[in-house]
Amino acid sequence: MTTSSVKAARPRPKHLDLTKIRLPLPGWVSIMHRISGAALFLALPLLLWLLDMSLGTEVGFDALAGVFGQWWMKLILAGLGWAYLHHFCAGVRYLLLDMHKGVDLASARASAAAVYFVSVPLAALVAWRVFL
Amino acid sequence: MRKRIVVGAHYGFRDWLGQRVTAVLMGLYTVLLLAVLIVARPADYLGWYGIFSPVWMKIATLTFIACLLYHAWVGVRDIWMDYVKPTGLRLVLEVGTIVWLVACGMWALKIFLQ
Repeated sequence: MTTSSVKAARPRPKHLDLTKIRLPLPGWVSIMHRISGAALFLALPLLLWLLDMSLGTEVGFDALAGVFGQWWMKLILAGLGWAYLHHFCAGVRYLLLDMHKGVDLASARASAAAVYFVSVPLAALVAWRVFL
Repeated sequence: MRKRIVVGAHYGFRDWLGQRVTAVLMGLYTVLLLAVLIVARPADYLGWYGIFSPVWMKIATLTFIACLLYHAWVGVRDIWMDYVKPTGLRLVLEVGTIVWLVACGMWALKIFLQ
């Protein structure tokens, strides 16, 4: 416990005001990776429930049409679709960075943009399929 | 007696590597499932049920879920370690995370082994 109290005594960074921090694009990919991962973790029981109902019986499968008809369920599914796509694309980028591919600033910024260029249109496609 | 920190990553490299290996396996499964769905285009219950009825597909899906549980454990524990400083609260959250994930795993076993 002594090590942590020594750490706490060190001077802290001054700018920790979330409204003042200007996060660069790779920073946004990073925090969204964390948020999307947490959302998927919390949604696990919902996804398992849908899977259980759809595979269990034909009655359950047919009843899902009513569940998917709810606007809030559509919103959740479109959101989870985005979460999976972002987490997937950002994850591929992190695997490449871990292999020391594209670690210079220009490449890292370009690949962060690429994460959005791929995941956002695909998420829009999923949302379109869910809502229409 | 040596003081031990009960909440923390004691095997940082193993978990770091494990999270990446499971990520690759889950990515491969995602591509496989998409390919199967595009080829089979299930339109009704029997079509959908048929996707997950072959033994190899059940094994692949349960392997995916096992990977997911380990991957999510490392990721969610990282979140608790970054933002929750009080040891007692962090321990409660970590135990809760394990219970949550193990329960999800049991549910997945029930779905795919019945």
